[in-house]
Amino acid sequence: MNASSANPAVARLPVAAPSEAGIASAPLVAARLTLLRDLQLAFRKPAQLLQPLAFFALVTLLFPLAISPELARLREVAPGVLWAAALLASLLALEFLFRDDAQDGTLEQYALCGQSLTWLLMAKTAAHWLLTGLPLALIAPLAALSLGAPPAALAAIVVTLAVGTVTLSLIGAIGAALTLGIRRSGALLSLLTLPLSLPVLIFGAHATQLAIAGSSWFAPFQLLAALAVLAVTLAPLAAAAAVRISLE
Amino acid sequence: MKEFLDMGGYAAFVWPAYLITFAVVGLNIAWARRALARSQRDARRRLQTQVQLRKEAA
Amino acid sequence: MAWTWFHRLASPPHVYALAARLTPWFAWPAAVCIVAGLYGGLVLAPPDYQQGDGFRIMYVHVPSAWMSLMVYTTMAVAAAIGLIWRMKVAHAVAASCAPIGASFTFVALVTGSLWGEPMWGTYWEWDPRLTSELILLFLYLGYIGLRAGIEDPQRADRASALLAVVGIVNVPIIHYSVVWRNSLHQAPSVMRLAKPAMPLSMLTPLLLMLLGFTLLFGALLLVRLRGEVLARERTASWIREAVEG
Repeated sequence: MNASSANPAVARLPVAAPSEAGIASAPLVAARLTLLRDLQLAFRKPAQLLQPLAFFALVTLLFPLAISPELARLREVAPGVLWAAALLASLLALEFLFRDDAQDGTLEQYALCGQSLTWLLMAKTAAHWLLTGLPLALIAPLAALSLGAPPAALAAIVVTLAVGTVTLSLIGAIGAALTLGIRRSGALLSLLTLPLSLPVLIFGAHATQLAIAGSSWFAPFQLLAALAVLAVTLAPLAAAAAVRISLE
Repeated sequence: MKEFLDMGGYAAFVWPAYLITFAVVGLNIAWARRALARSQRDARRRLQTQVQLRKEAA
Repeated sequence: MAWTWFHRLASPPHVYALAARLTPWFAWPAAVCIVAGLYGGLVLAPPDYQQGDGFRIMYVHVPSAWMSLMVYTTMAVAAAIGLIWRMKVAHAVAASCAPIGASFTFVALVTGSLWGEPMWGTYWEWDPRLTSELILLFLYLGYIGLRAGIEDPQRADRASALLAVVGIVNVPIIHYSVVWRNSLHQAPSVMRLAKPAMPLSMLTPLLLMLLGFTLLFGALLLVRLRGEVLARERTASWIREAVEG
């Protein structure tokens, strides 16, 4: 009973059979199934996936219009604009991390099914990152070029955003779990998530700035990576606790 | 005395700072006491409702 | 036997009565310390070598900043205790801390800003301390907002408790990220008070103000705690005596 033999029209809940791969790895099997399920479900609604990306593109468009069309000036603000826009776009994308599963009761099943909720949430967040953070990092070069960034800096921009959005998705998962089911929780979610995400913004923007200037961006990138590692280890635990609290 | 109020020329900064600090201190005291009074009122009202319900059930 | 007093702290009626008895023991010493500190700081302490009389803002700014951090820490510790041991009293303590902490964070920002204008020539400065303080204010507001947004009181207690714990882990990270960032941009001037050793005439009033504000927090907390404890005890019988007696 694994995803490849399942009918693709029916995305199953990750109830892993112990006989399959041994009980010790059951959480990982469950996690893999959850990841695949989330990806499958997301691709049925492609419009939903494009919204945060469109938002990101729009926000970066605002600045040349609002500040100045001169590339030299834009290049100075490019790091900040890119990262602030990425932060806001990832906030927007958080909406659909838990929304559908909370509405139809799947999330409750996750909490009750006996599998490790921490691993399941890690899988959900990983799927979320693959669907929002990674694409954002991949289209960022376009936005960066439009803000005057030199082509040599583009690789750095993609890598730093890819790593930074991992942390943003994870921190956002905690906020989303805490505000489950609250009506019109958008502003509250932002209020909770943004202060906690500021270090990512700080290090990411700094790395981008160094890359644009042509210097080594390794130091802030290391800090960004350290934050991501910290988030990967701690955030799913906090998110699982938050989901349990919200479902009580 | 005038020297004291003048704060060496910094009066416009020092006195507002002190005023706002102690205004907030005062507000905190008033606010805390009001919150307690409100809780006590609510508790009293809940008790009365309980007593009434018990009487009606009897 | 030695732990009985600790176990009693989990009992709402005991806490309610104890808080009432303890409040004057915090309130009056707080008043004395603050008045003494004010007199020492405004009248007795000599003007600073560099900042003249302007440095006296320190006597309200530093205690407020201290309060903002200490109260958040208290809130987070109480929240953690409430989460782990499911103690309503601990959640009541955390709830009581939030408005106090938020208001003093606001004061720290305003007094810091008023200090900044004559000293650095600007009302705002993105130096690590002010920036972290501003973020701390948002952490408080987030906590208060989350509590307000959740209707079920138990869920509100536990969700905000988790938020406070997540927040306290982040506070040092946020602070050091700003310090790191600013060190690379060579912040124009670091708020440097006096030289390494502050003369006793300047230091003593500061210590008195710090102690006074801490005691004030104790008193405010005790008053609010009674209200919060009462609100969490919907139908318990001890309320009758407590409220009507």
